[in-house]
Amino acid sequence: MTSETKQEKTVLLDQDGHLANREDWSEELAQELANMEDVGELTDRHWLVIKYIQKEFDENGDAPSIRKLTKESGVSTKELYQLFPKGPAKKAAKIAGLPKPKGCI
Amino acid sequence: MKDILILGAGTAGTMMANKLSKAPKSDEFRLTIVDKDETHYYQPGFLFIPFGIYSKEDVIKPKKNFFPKDTNVIVSEIDLIKPEENKVHLSNGDVLSYDYLIIATGTEIRPDEIEGMTDELWKKSIFDFYTIEGALALAEFLDDWEGGKLVLNIAEMPIKCPVAPLEFLFLADDYFKKKEMRDKVEIIFVTPLDAAFTKPIAARELGNFLEEKNINLVTEFNIGRVDNEEKKIISWDEREVEFDLLVTIPTNMGIEAIEKSEMGDELNFIPTDNHTLQSENWENIFVIGDATNLPSSKAGSVAHFESDVLFENLLSHINGEPLTASFDGHANCFIESGDGKGLLIDFNYDTEPLPGKFPIPGIGPFSLLKETKMNHIGKMGFKWLYWNMLIKGRDLPLESQMSMAGKIVPEKDEQETKTLQL
Repeated sequence: MTSETKQEKTVLLDQDGHLANREDWSEELAQELANMEDVGELTDRHWLVIKYIQKEFDENGDAPSIRKLTKESGVSTKELYQLFPKGPAKKAAKIAGLPKPKGCI
Repeated sequence: MKDILILGAGTAGTMMANKLSKAPKSDEFRLTIVDKDETHYYQPGFLFIPFGIYSKEDVIKPKKNFFPKDTNVIVSEIDLIKPEENKVHLSNGDVLSYDYLIIATGTEIRPDEIEGMTDELWKKSIFDFYTIEGALALAEFLDDWEGGKLVLNIAEMPIKCPVAPLEFLFLADDYFKKKEMRDKVEIIFVTPLDAAFTKPIAARELGNFLEEKNINLVTEFNIGRVDNEEKKIISWDEREVEFDLLVTIPTNMGIEAIEKSEMGDELNFIPTDNHTLQSENWENIFVIGDATNLPSSKAGSVAHFESDVLFENLLSHINGEPLTASFDGHANCFIESGDGKGLLIDFNYDTEPLPGKFPIPGIGPFSLLKETKMNHIGKMGFKWLYWNMLIKGRDLPLESQMSMAGKIVPEKDEQETKTLQL
């Protein structure tokens, strides 16, 4: 028997499946979201990207594109796709608790 | 006397020159326009060239036919903009001073941004149709192609005219059917998006068309490189798609002078106020059309709707008044769907393309997000409208603000809640 009590939390997601309210975000929730996205255990390299896009979002009101990510975060495109398979810009934004990037029209 | 300098004489720049020359008190400013090219291209027509529907002659006219008489026209590349000094350096050595600058330098395709794209297969088995040269070379290739795997790939967003790739696919399906060789061609659409189009309701509708026309869809594919030996494209996450013919929509970027002048974002698009169209950094610089970083489509119709707003706000600024005209992101695009039919979409920043009738509610004659012969007639008739009305800055019977009249709003899905165990 484990002494840990599992806490249940209900979070609201928007139509794209991203967090509807940024206040719901926490580092623990980020790991949960990462599991849902098949990203797995979040490493320091993941966190570097997540913190960078949160900062970018706070400054500019939108999550950065992959190009901007590689140019400014110091993580190469190749590595970004290894960290966040398929769509790094979208997946990293989701795990960071941010809406889907507006970038694509 | 104010000097107004327009950089770029494409759709947006030419429209602005014509509007400004007809402005009240236009004798109080001097108008100069700069472009590297003496030929005006009707870019919506490039799509039809690979299939032999349009020839080169349909899509080119001398730029000088469309400039107002009193405008100083300079043919040169732009070298450097110095916004702090209100000066522009041209490649021909001229240095131009301005009181107001309108940047309408558009977007260019950059196949060189993708590893292996411009190697030995370029213009042999790999083509673009966003340049006149690319479209003509592709027409020649298709003429005696015996079939195989046709892959159409969008490298990354944003691109000019986001519906053009879909139109290309629909027209290709029609073209091979008419040549009685559709069974010899496998058509595959490979896109970085998670669906056929960016906006959900239209994506569903257009996705159905792909299915009906037996066009395969590969989504969330971000191209990393082209393997010229094995003839395949490879994504950053190592997925592969083989091709016999690759039609690429390469990375779109603003011109290099924007990068050199350190005025652009990572794709050389210029940070621009989404509503006033004023540069975010310099109050005497306005930006229009594909050169902006606006979250709207990069399309001629958008530039057209923007031109009304920019015109009003520029005059307000000259008169020392607040900028009251506001752009809503309005775009209006015909989509060719093949076999003499087409669709029409009308949308803005906040409203995605919806079904309905346009421009007269309930009547049309055009149908929104629905395939009709009338929409195709509209698309083909647009060429005349473009050359004779649009770029000459004449008023079209279309409001620059999008209207909800005639549109049918589907019921919104409820926001879903998710329970996560923490």
